Amino acid sequence: MHIIQELLFVIAFGLAVYLFSRKAAQIRRNILLGRDVDLNDQPALRWRNLLLLAFGQKKMFRKPLVAVLHFFVYAGFVIINLEILEIILDGILGTHRLFAPVLGLLYPILIGCFEVLAVLVIIGCAVFLIRRNIIKVERLAQHELDGWPRSDANYILITEIVLMLLFLTMNTADQAMHEAGPFWISGQIAPLFSGLPETSLATIERSCWWLHILGILAFLNYLPYSKHLHIILAFPNAYYADLRPKGKMENMPAVQKEVQLMLQPELAASEPASDVMPKFGAKDVADLTWKNLLDAYSCTECGRCTAACPANITGKKLSPRKIMMDTRDRAEEIGLQINKDGAFKEDGKSLLRDYISEEELRACTSCNACVQECPVSINPLHIILQLRRHLVMEESSAPQEWNMMFSNIENNMAPWKFSPDDRDKWATEMNS
Amino acid sequence: MAEYAASGESPEILFWVGCAGSFDQRAQKITKAFVTILDKVGVRFAILGKEESCTGDPARRAGNEFIFQMMAQNNIMVLNNYNVQKIVTACPHCFNTLRNEYPQLGGNYEVIHHATYLQQLIDAGKIKMKEEGSFKGRKITYHDSCYLGRANNIYEAPRKVLEALDAELVEMKRCKSNGLCCGAGGAQMFKEEEKGTTRINFERGREAVETGASVIASNCPFCMTMLTDGVKEQGKEDSVKVLDIAELIAQQIE
Repeated sequence: MHIIQELLFVIAFGLAVYLFSRKAAQIRRNILLGRDVDLNDQPALRWRNLLLLAFGQKKMFRKPLVAVLHFFVYAGFVIINLEILEIILDGILGTHRLFAPVLGLLYPILIGCFEVLAVLVIIGCAVFLIRRNIIKVERLAQHELDGWPRSDANYILITEIVLMLLFLTMNTADQAMHEAGPFWISGQIAPLFSGLPETSLATIERSCWWLHILGILAFLNYLPYSKHLHIILAFPNAYYADLRPKGKMENMPAVQKEVQLMLQPELAASEPASDVMPKFGAKDVADLTWKNLLDAYSCTECGRCTAACPANITGKKLSPRKIMMDTRDRAEEIGLQINKDGAFKEDGKSLLRDYISEEELRACTSCNACVQECPVSINPLHIILQLRRHLVMEESSAPQEWNMMFSNIENNMAPWKFSPDDRDKWATEMNS
Repeated sequence: MAEYAASGESPEILFWVGCAGSFDQRAQKITKAFVTILDKVGVRFAILGKEESCTGDPARRAGNEFIFQMMAQNNIMVLNNYNVQKIVTACPHCFNTLRNEYPQLGGNYEVIHHATYLQQLIDAGKIKMKEEGSFKGRKITYHDSCYLGRANNIYEAPRKVLEALDAELVEMKRCKSNGLCCGAGGAQMFKEEEKGTTRINFERGREAVETGASVIASNCPFCMTMLTDGVKEQGKEDSVKVLDIAELIAQQIE
């Protein structure tokens, strides 16, 4: 009998790990559809960002109350994983609480800590559910979350609560049978189970044990399809965060060279001619950098960016969060096609227009509020500016006023129509 | 600058005036105020005059890299030709472009925004303020421009400059790294806003007026335009003035 349980466990576990790895590899492939950028400079600073922003959740603490609740859920997730190690080993070996004899007196303390965390996770998730569904915090109730994103958020929170309840119930039943414990939290509930026959208790304990671990394995495989993937990708995303001053725009070396040859034609002779026509800006996800795509997969749709966006605050269509959601959706769409056909074939669609409209892009003031706010180092502005470059440089699509501004700069060296000769007129006025 | 070069001397700083500071009537007053301060302190400075061009910032942010590169490389040739070392500018957009984007194109200078420069002059005791300042005890609020603030993490220097006025600095709800944009950046200054429920500068103007301050201090000629309109929309243009930090100091300098 035992061996069947162990076999079933190994099959379930193996299947879960296999499916997860397969999907993870697909996501990695999708991210690498983006163009290459070197983000391995200044490793010391990058490790610092990883520690402070991802492990320390530094930016979350810009909103302290939510940050504390989120920290409970996060710490619960990371630390309770130690318990999962025991559960997996028990499952494979057919043992029961393998670590208990090894750790001795330390064991009930450790499990006690996990139980406290489990309760904190339940409280955190409950408050988050209330914020989303009852209080309807503005950034969590906006229309761009209608449908799947909203359900996704609720599924995650409910699953986490259920998993924690199963963990606590399992411990309670174990104590009622005097098989383990006493533990801090479940020890208080155990007397409620005391009237139950031993066989019922054993059934409860086994059921909870199986549901808990199967739930976790299912959740693992849900992650790659969910915004909740941030619990993994927030870490690499913090490491690869942009280290440049936020005001610095990415240079375009191809254009730089072109203009250089125009201004100093004498250099042209020594330049090898290139017949590859460079692409200007980005129209689809493959034109973005892999970091932009990693950003998209790291986004958990919290909407801090959108809540801080001056365009969104004043009712414009632009929402930095939607930019990230659209980018991920488009990368997934292309990924699905690659899964099916082996390679990406032109599908007549693009990130620009089919997902993100010109009106959204035009409304950006490049104020960096979205970049500042993101707790996991996502940069929506970088995507917006690359799409804008495509619009202007590949399609000559710009509002009439911008075209006038461009020609004024070109002809008068200033964005307005003033004579360059009058540039220092203020100085002569001062002297007179 | 050409005159300094001709005489074989070099100035302490090059004052980068910027397009707004050169042509916009309101921003010209900021330019003149800053020059007044430089003259009083006795800083030997130069301007490029007719040789200065737009840094290319609005073109680049609108998406037109060609025009940006043309302007930038031209400016860099002029600046390198004069062997310019240190640039001070009263425009955070020029500041950001000169400081962060020109080095990659071969333009390496020490670039300082006038907020920081004024703070340095005050700290060095070179700017002396009048004893009975007319801003003493008055409420002033300060608007963080995006390109000085978030883009370059300069939040304290302009506030230190305002401290010298002995005024009461009241912060808006959204300030420093949470500061709300005036609505002009990213080349928005040069086009109509997209359809929305209100204008960004109206939203910011309202927030600034709500502080009860009689002066809104700014550090950017574009914020200046936007906030002035925002205050007008609130009907407060008579009681609330938008002034650049250089104008505030110039009024009170001894």
